[in-house]
Amino acid sequence: MNEKLYLEDEENLGTQTEENYEQVYCRPNTLTDVPFHYCPGCGHSVVHKVLMEVVEEIGIQEEIIGVAPVGCSVFAYHYMNIDMQEAAHGRASAVATGIKRVLPEKYVFSYQGDGDLAAIGTAETIHTVNRGENILMVFINNGIYGMTGGQMAPTTLPGMVTSTSPYGRDVSMVGNPIKIADLLCLLPGAYYVTRQAVHNPNAVRKLKKAFMKAFEYQKQKKGTCFIEVVSNCPSGWKMTPVETIKYLEEKMFPAYPLGDLKVPKN
Amino acid sequence: MENKTNKNGDARLMKGNEALAEAALRANIDAYFGYPITPQSEVIEYLTREVPNRKEIKTVVLQAESEVASINMVYGAAGAGARVMTSSSSPGISLMQEGISYIASAQLPCLIVNVVRGGPGLGTIQPSQGDYFQATKGGGHGDYHLIVLAPASVQEMADFVFDAFKLAEKYRNPAMILADGALGQMMEKVILPEAGSLPKAPAPWATTGKPKDRDHNIITSLFIQPEEMEKVNLRLQEKYEAIQSEVRYEEIKTDDAEILLVAFGLSSRICQKTVDLAREKGIKVGLLRPITVYPYPYARLKELANQVEFMLTVEMNAGQMVEDVRLAVEGKVPVYFIGRMGGMILSPEDILHKVESVKEK
Ligand SMILES: Cc1ncc(C[n+]2csc(CCOP(=O)(O)OP(=O)(O)O)c2C)c(N)n1
Ligand code: SF4
Repeated sequence: MNEKLYLEDEENLGTQTEENYEQVYCRPNTLTDVPFHYCPGCGHSVVHKVLMEVVEEIGIQEEIIGVAPVGCSVFAYHYMNIDMQEAAHGRASAVATGIKRVLPEKYVFSYQGDGDLAAIGTAETIHTVNRGENILMVFINNGIYGMTGGQMAPTTLPGMVTSTSPYGRDVSMVGNPIKIADLLCLLPGAYYVTRQAVHNPNAVRKLKKAFMKAFEYQKQKKGTCFIEVVSNCPSGWKMTPVETIKYLEEKMFPAYPLGDLKVPKN
Repeated sequence: MENKTNKNGDARLMKGNEALAEAALRANIDAYFGYPITPQSEVIEYLTREVPNRKEIKTVVLQAESEVASINMVYGAAGAGARVMTSSSSPGISLMQEGISYIASAQLPCLIVNVVRGGPGLGTIQPSQGDYFQATKGGGHGDYHLIVLAPASVQEMADFVFDAFKLAEKYRNPAMILADGALGQMMEKVILPEAGSLPKAPAPWATTGKPKDRDHNIITSLFIQPEEMEKVNLRLQEKYEAIQSEVRYEEIKTDDAEILLVAFGLSSRICQKTVDLAREKGIKVGLLRPITVYPYPYARLKELANQVEFMLTVEMNAGQMVEDVRLAVEGKVPVYFIGRMGGMILSPEDILHKVESVKEK
C-alpha cells in the first residue's frame, strides 16, 4: 500500500503529525504517482482508478498487460502501473490479440474511446469479439472525439453539437449513433457485455463489480468481455462537470441504457 | 536436429513461399499473423496445414481480418517479447504501413515478408520489383528504415528468414524480406536450415507482466514533447548508422569487369546469364547484386565506379534502385537503366542488347 498520506487541511501540516491520522484512503499501488492529465470532471480518471483498484484487489498486477488507444487516454500507460502497450488508432484490440495469443496465461485488456473502437477500429472490434479473444475490452463512450478537440463521434447523439456537427448531428447525412455493444452481443464470442457509468458512487461500485467479473471470466478463459462505460467529456461537450451529469442522465442514458446486455447462461 | 551432420538430409524441392514458411517454423517463431493475398498465400496455407500436425511446434498461426489487423497483432506480440512475423504482397503491405511505422518507432523486432506483385493499385499478381522505394526508403510516415533483405532463390527465401530475425533482434528493428511473385511461386532445391538453431536473446523491455522488482514496461511510439521526440529520432538514426555495417552483396566476375550490371532479387538471376552471354562475345561484364537493399552497398559501388566504363541497373520496375546506384557513384560513371513493368520479365538477351547499344554510343 502507498504510504503517502493525503492531507486536505494544508494549514494543519505544521502542527499535526502523520500519527494523528488514521489512513482511510490511498491511491492503489497499481496507479503511478503521475498526476492525470485529464480535464477536471472527466470520466477517464475515474475509470482508470476503478480499473486499477480492481487489479490491485484481485492481485494481478504482475500478470496483466494493458493496451492504451489513440484518444484522450493515450497516456493511460503513464498512470497505470502495469506493463502496457500503446496501439495505433483503432487497433488496440488487434494489439491485445497479439499479446494474448503469445501470453495466453496473462490477463490482457484494451481501453478505447468511441472513435477508436466504434469508428476507425470497427473491423478489429467485431473480429476480436467474434474470435472470442479471451480479453477484456473497456469501451469509453463519451459521444465525442475528446482528444482532437470535440469532433463528432460515431456515438454522438442526434442533434448533438460538436465541432464537425456545428448545427447538431444530422442523421440523414451521417447516420444514427452506433450502439456497438448491442451489435457485439450477437456474436457468440462475446461472453459478457455490459454498459456501465461513473457519474455517481453507485455507478462506480457497479462498474467495479463488472471489472471483477470480467477478470474472473478471463481467468476461466470464457471469451471476450466487453464493458462499455457511458462517460462524459466536459471540454468537448462545452459543459461544466455538473452539467455533464445532467446531460448523461437526460440524454445519454436513454440512448445508451445502462445494465447488462449479455450475461453468461448458468 | 538429427540431421546435423548430413545437411542434405533436409534438401527438398519446394516453392519459395513454402520454403520460407518452413524456415519460419524452424526459426521457432512464436506467432504468425497474416491475411491471404496472391502471390504469397502459400505461406499462411502452409503454416495452417503444418502446425496442427507437428506436436513439437507451438507457433500461433492466425488468419486476421485484414493486413491492418495482422500488423497490429505483430506489434502486440513483438512488444510482448515474441518472435513474430507476417507476410503479404504489395497492396497488403501498403495497408500495413501505419503499423510498420509504429513498430519501427517502438523499436520492436519482427519480420515482414513482401512477395511483390505488379502495381500500382490492384495491379497484377505477376512478379514485380515495384515496391523497392517503399521497402528501402521507409514506406510509412516518419524517419525510419527497415532492414531489407532481397533473396534471389528459393534457398535464400528460407535462409533469409533466419538472417532477418537475427538482424531484427540484434537491432530491435523490423526486418523485411523483399521477394517477388516469381520467387514465391517457383520451385527449386532448397536445403532447409536446422530447426531450433536460431537462439533468441532475452527481451527485458517486453510487456510480459510487471514483476515487483522492476518498473512497468511500456511499448509506445508517442513522444509528445519535441525535445524527447528528437532524441528518439537521433537514437534511431544512430541505429541506422550502425546497421550500415550489415551490408551484404554478391559480386560475379567483377574482377576484370569493364561494364557493371547492378540488379537485386530475380533480376540478378537473369543478369547472371547476361554476364555469361556477354563474355562469350568478349565483352567483360560483371554483376553486383545487393543482398541487403537497406543497408545498401553504396561504398562498393563507388569503388567499382573507378574501374568500369558504365553501369547498367536492371529492375522489374520503372527504375527505382537506379537512384541509389547514381547516388553511390556520384557521377563518376554513367548509370543506365533497363527494366520492364507490369509483371513482365526481361530476358538475358534484352539486357545484352542494352549493354551493346550503350557500348556503341
Ligand atoms: C490514423 C489516425 N487518424 C486520426 C487520428 C487523430 N485522432 C486522434 S484521437 C482521435 C479521436 C479519439 O476519440 P475517441 O476514440 O472517442 O477518444 P477520446 O479522445 O474521446 O477519449 C482522432 C481522430 C490519429 N491519431 N490517427
Ligand atoms: S477532452 Fe474530454 S475526454 Fe479528453 S480529457 Fe478532456 S474531458 Fe476527458
